[in-house]
Amino acid sequence: MTLFNNYMKNLSLVACLIVCTITANAKTWVVRPAGPLKWLQEAIDNARPGDTILVEKGVYRQPTIVVNKPLYIKGIDCPVLDGQKKYEIMDIKSDGVVVEGFVIVHSGYSSYNDIAAIRIINSRLVIIRNNKFDDTFFGIYSQHAVNCTIAGNTLHSNAVNEITSANGIHCWKSDSMQIINNTISGHRDGIYFEFVTNSQIKKNISTGNVRYGLHFMFSNDDLYEGNLFKNNGAGVAVMFSKGVTMLRNTFSENWGGAAYGILLKEISDSHIQHNRFIRNTTGIFMEGTNRIKVEQNVFDNNGWALKIQASCNDNTVTGNNFIGNSFDVATNGTLVLNSFTNNYWDKYEGYDLNRDGIGDVPYRPVSVYAMIAERNPVTMMLFRSFITGLLDKAEKTIPGFIPENLKDDRPKMKAFK
Amino acid sequence: MKKIIKYVLLDLLRNRIIIAYTIFLAVISLSVFNLEDNPSKGILSLLNLVLIIVPLVSVVFSTIYVYNAAEFIELLVSQPLRRVNIWLSIFTGLASSVCMAFLVGCGIPVLIYAPGDTGLMMTAMGLLLTIVFVAIALLASVLTRDKAKGIGVAILLWFYFTLIFDGIVLFLLFQFMDYPMEKPMIVFSCLNPVDLARILILLKMDISALMGATSAIFRDFFGNQWGIAATISIMLAWAIMPLWWSVRKFNRKDL
Repeated sequence: MTLFNNYMKNLSLVACLIVCTITANAKTWVVRPAGPLKWLQEAIDNARPGDTILVEKGVYRQPTIVVNKPLYIKGIDCPVLDGQKKYEIMDIKSDGVVVEGFVIVHSGYSSYNDIAAIRIINSRLVIIRNNKFDDTFFGIYSQHAVNCTIAGNTLHSNAVNEITSANGIHCWKSDSMQIINNTISGHRDGIYFEFVTNSQIKKNISTGNVRYGLHFMFSNDDLYEGNLFKNNGAGVAVMFSKGVTMLRNTFSENWGGAAYGILLKEISDSHIQHNRFIRNTTGIFMEGTNRIKVEQNVFDNNGWALKIQASCNDNTVTGNNFIGNSFDVATNGTLVLNSFTNNYWDKYEGYDLNRDGIGDVPYRPVSVYAMIAERNPVTMMLFRSFITGLLDKAEKTIPGFIPENLKDDRPKMKAFK
Repeated sequence: MKKIIKYVLLDLLRNRIIIAYTIFLAVISLSVFNLEDNPSKGILSLLNLVLIIVPLVSVVFSTIYVYNAAEFIELLVSQPLRRVNIWLSIFTGLASSVCMAFLVGCGIPVLIYAPGDTGLMMTAMGLLLTIVFVAIALLASVLTRDKAKGIGVAILLWFYFTLIFDGIVLFLLFQFMDYPMEKPMIVFSCLNPVDLARILILLKMDISALMGATSAIFRDFFGNQWGIAATISIMLAWAIMPLWWSVRKFNRKDL
């Protein structure tokens, strides 16, 4: 809520700023290919803080445009800013800049510098919205930015491998960012956060990226809500952070040996709720995580719904639906410091005599075959054969292999809707 | 030849065991689909039926049938007919009637309640397994003259293919855990028609789990069009080889 208030405050501040400047002394500059003002940079140099620059339809090929004063820059009928595969296209070095309605293509490429289509440097209250990026190296790159909004952009690139490609939206050492309603595909990481705090990532669609749909490290107290991460090379990776909230996201079709719906590594005090994990090789992979609440998520048709390593501590898995997964839970040791309660497991075979909706016998979500496959992955090929069925049945009756304490004492009889 | 096939087929379609088998399959598949609200879970329950019961019934029933038809076969042999034709007609009649029983009892419910790739693959594999095990049954019954022994051999073969073989493979996989076993594993699975059928169904059913790194090689081998074509031809080879062997044996057999 505080985040939301904060966001509203920022928005109103920016709106205020724009309205004030327009009504006070704002001048409008029009850039068009026919002239007299042919270049955006020329207009920026001539303009005074708070002016409006309208860029009309056309293709503008120029070196890096530097925006060093608060301006409202708007493209009319999608003018094209072309970096000719040589330049960074726009550097924003001032607070309160708004960039809107451009098509930004062909940024430079470098394996030495991080060349971006639009770079925000040491600025506050910058808004980048409704632009279209194509064939760019980094899409939008923010460094030391505060309170900026990146909304409604479409970013597409043609990444082939991890080495020659870069991230769609890349934020480094930023704070209170709003990343909303963007569509990102074909980059290395769709959205990349490093040292970014108090930010919100909402309703973005990140698909078909070479590495991660969303990747963040050392980024605390961020909110991820209603995003779709689909068919990325390795799913979503979340590392070395705390206070992460993930609500109502969808993670689907992340396939591969090292692909996860979410990879959680060294995460603490976080909250994963109402998400959907559909058809991933592994839904959630947890390693070295502490005090994470996994609640009311749906795990549907994954290879492994949850892989929870023995290094995890005090996590609670409560009230989730596990439906049609090949394996519900896998782990790599016998130590279990996490709790599972009130989940619905479709493989549960117990009964409910007092009809309170809670099964009377505990459910053990780790199948012995999951343990065997964890140790010797080739045995996966004997999955669902008669002999493995026998092993599973024997183990369910007298647990010897599987962790004694990894069980749901109150399994639900019905899935929540 | 046509006449013999027709006779065998008509005889078998009136056979009580075939009718009972059809009804049994139909009752199980319908109840599975009606009890489970999720059709993919129903398919999962039917997987064991297809991989275990179908081979068992095909192999045992066919062996018994051939032994019971011994006098009829003797009569046919005394006619001016080639032995190959007699034997192949018996095989065709047997295989098609047991297949028909499977198709009516299990295939149609599957295709009605769970249409799609998995259901289709399961029906196809059920039919192929039926054919393979009918061929194996013919071989078992031509190898021994004694009825009890023949049925014993048939059951033993079924036991080997459904359980013992997988046990041996599992044992080997753990013995050679430190070595790359992906490619040998492909060879192993080709040595057992039941495993082949299971893997092909698995590729449709548990595709997400099979996308893991080591399993990727199986997906690459079995998963594409060529792989499926190759596996189906290996399955057919599993039907043709025992059949061919049994034909040779039957040709020389002193009835």
